[in-house]
Amino acid sequence: METTDIGLWGVPLAILGGAIRVSTPFIFVSLGEAITERSGRINLGLEGILVFGAMSAYAVAVMTGSPWLGVVAAAGAGACFGLFHGWICKFPKVNDIAIGIALMLFGSGLAFFFGKPFIQPSAPDLPAIPLGWWSSVPQVQAALNVNVLFLIGAALAVFLWWAFRNTRAGLIVRVVGDSSDAARAMGLNPNTVRLLATGVGGALAAIGGAYLSLYYPGSWSEGVSSGQGLMAVALVIFARWNPIGCFAAALLFGGAGALGPALQSVGVTQGYYLFYAAPYILTLIIMIATSSPGRSLAGAPGELSITK
Amino acid sequence: MIIPPPAPPSDKAVGVEATGMTMRFGGFTALDHVSVKVPAGSFHALLGENGAGKSTLVKCMMGFYHPTEGQIMVDGREVAIDSPKDASSLGLGMVYQHFTLVASLTGAENLVISRQDVPPIIDWAKERKGLAAFMERMPFKLPLDVPVGELAAGEKQKLEIVKQLYLGRHFLVLDEPTSVLTPGEAQEVLGLVRGMTRAGDLTVLMISHKFHEVTAFADDITVLRKGKFAGSGKVAELDHKAMAAMMIGDQPIAALDSRTGVPADARPILTVRALRAPDRSGLKKISVDGLDVKSGEIVGIAGISGNGQKEFLEVLAGQRARDAGEVMVKGAPYGASRAEARTLNVRFIPEEPLRNACAPKMTVAENMAFRTFDLSATGKPVSWVNMGAIRAYAARLVEQFKVKTASLSSPIAALSGGNVQRAVLARELTGDVDLLIVSNPCFGLDFSAVAEIRARIMKARNAGAAVLLMSEDLDELLELSDRILVMSDGALVYETPIATASVQTIGEHMAGHH
Repeated sequence: METTDIGLWGVPLAILGGAIRVSTPFIFVSLGEAITERSGRINLGLEGILVFGAMSAYAVAVMTGSPWLGVVAAAGAGACFGLFHGWICKFPKVNDIAIGIALMLFGSGLAFFFGKPFIQPSAPDLPAIPLGWWSSVPQVQAALNVNVLFLIGAALAVFLWWAFRNTRAGLIVRVVGDSSDAARAMGLNPNTVRLLATGVGGALAAIGGAYLSLYYPGSWSEGVSSGQGLMAVALVIFARWNPIGCFAAALLFGGAGALGPALQSVGVTQGYYLFYAAPYILTLIIMIATSSPGRSLAGAPGELSITK
Repeated sequence: MIIPPPAPPSDKAVGVEATGMTMRFGGFTALDHVSVKVPAGSFHALLGENGAGKSTLVKCMMGFYHPTEGQIMVDGREVAIDSPKDASSLGLGMVYQHFTLVASLTGAENLVISRQDVPPIIDWAKERKGLAAFMERMPFKLPLDVPVGELAAGEKQKLEIVKQLYLGRHFLVLDEPTSVLTPGEAQEVLGLVRGMTRAGDLTVLMISHKFHEVTAFADDITVLRKGKFAGSGKVAELDHKAMAAMMIGDQPIAALDSRTGVPADARPILTVRALRAPDRSGLKKISVDGLDVKSGEIVGIAGISGNGQKEFLEVLAGQRARDAGEVMVKGAPYGASRAEARTLNVRFIPEEPLRNACAPKMTVAENMAFRTFDLSATGKPVSWVNMGAIRAYAARLVEQFKVKTASLSSPIAALSGGNVQRAVLARELTGDVDLLIVSNPCFGLDFSAVAEIRARIMKARNAGAAVLLMSEDLDELLELSDRILVMSDGALVYETPIATASVQTIGEHMAGHH
């Protein structure tokens, strides 16, 4: 296959491809965190869960030869971490943010400890669907080579958006997140609901980690995550706890992340490295632009400790 | 198929009778052989001061508490109510003083999710049909598709009542249902509820402090005092004086000083010009074009909560930044710094004083010394705080303002609401006061504390202080103010001297109907 020179068209194309490729972990982590936060709790430990998920997915894939078993293993491990967080936080006077930070360090540390033997061997990748088959331009084909997990993430975002208003479970999560008192008056136990919501959030975050080690970048090392778990927490806030918004924010973030490499590839030699910081600068700008000193965040769950 | 609301035990009002109810918490008897009979289809009012045992009684009836003695009959049959669930299966429900609706959910979502038998996947088309059919039979018309947080207080209160009916309850306990409503809204809600009892659909037991509501809507009253039955009777045969006598017994009530006239040439103390500030949501502005409060007068500001009074007060107190405009006290610009408050003699009594004017875990003595702890007896700044002097000062004020506290070293959070308010009043009203800013000073206090606190405010006025009083209680404003202003949507929209003030007109301006 010969390379076709498509000139500056390469930049938007690379951004599109990057958005699809880089955004998947953000989608899963932020959807998981959206569920947890909608129930009135914040889990900052998702970064640790993501790293542990990446390690366990890779290890299981190496041992069994099946990347999908790896994803399942990661989800299981992530759910355990989430349930652990939810269980500790039910005790009075326990602060969910502090527990989250502890869990972040604990998850990463545990992953490094168990992951040492798996840095060398290589695991099978998750499959991708070549949605660019109709084009003869290799760059288009590369950009539209879409991983299955991305599609699942997109479907999940739509499903959660629907479920928050059309299912009993969705409404219960919102009730508990908005007012513990109202929930108790309805005979719901807020701690149980939050425990399960944190468990599901942990499982989704770990699937995000599995994507990192099994598809892109596609190997396990201690530097596999570049803070996606933490950035996703910020994404949830500026997506205003809306699952569709989380998906869009993740795409935006992924696209911004692809800006630097794309400019470099079309021959910009000066200052392109500044664009590597684009996702972070973008986050800061959006956060500042949408914040206000005089009013509290619209759409924030009432029981969330950061917005109380 | 239309989903019917959950099957109620019956479609008609339920009568409830509680006899010999006694509730002891350890050695303390909160309720002592109290009986109350509420026949089906009647509107019964339960009166009493704070701590008289009203909520203990209704909580026993609703299954939140297990009474030490006593029995409950529903429609003439003796029943055991061990939990709120038992109460609701008998058709008994309660509307709390604070709202139990979930603010971010819509009305429809709130109603559906509070049902016991919600399906895993909610078929909104079906539910909507069911709700529409149910609302047809209701006297209230309510928007069910907007988040409850955006409804006005009156609409929320109606929705709370509708929710109870939707859940098939035909005996309702209303706990001070109008404390957050405007006079107009209160009339409307109680009138509709009254209509439903007349039609035989509902029985109501209402806890209330407001005599005029009791007179207008209730059939019978029962009065509790210190956990004991203090009297009962038909509303038609009792006047306000008789009810008050039953409520407070023979304890003395502080009388208001008679109002001295405001001299025509009284100097203006507080002057506000073209003030602009963002409100809590940041989406609206409050704008006060002009306000003058003269020495020796009380200016009352009425308004439904959430119309900017709170923000206005926060600007005056320095808790909120202002965008534009000026605030002058005695002609000097006032930015609410400690030094300015001290030299200009500005004193401030915010609402919820425990939260807004106290350090809850510090002692009573320390809290009472917040204005003066760093000054010597001659008013000079000191570098060493004299704890002995602080305690002596606090002891004097506690005595003078009758603050009931176990000791000067107990944390102020351990005091009852009325005593926290007395302690804050003592701190703020001692010394020279030229400007006093007060917000909802009597919220949640009992009869005698209310009378005493109002008397203190009146005394400060007569001594020449300019008083700016914000209150959600219109009766309080009518009793104390020399002039009443109405705040609606962030602006002062109406002003009247007390002589020509009418509840009707003020209520209309509060509701923004002008």
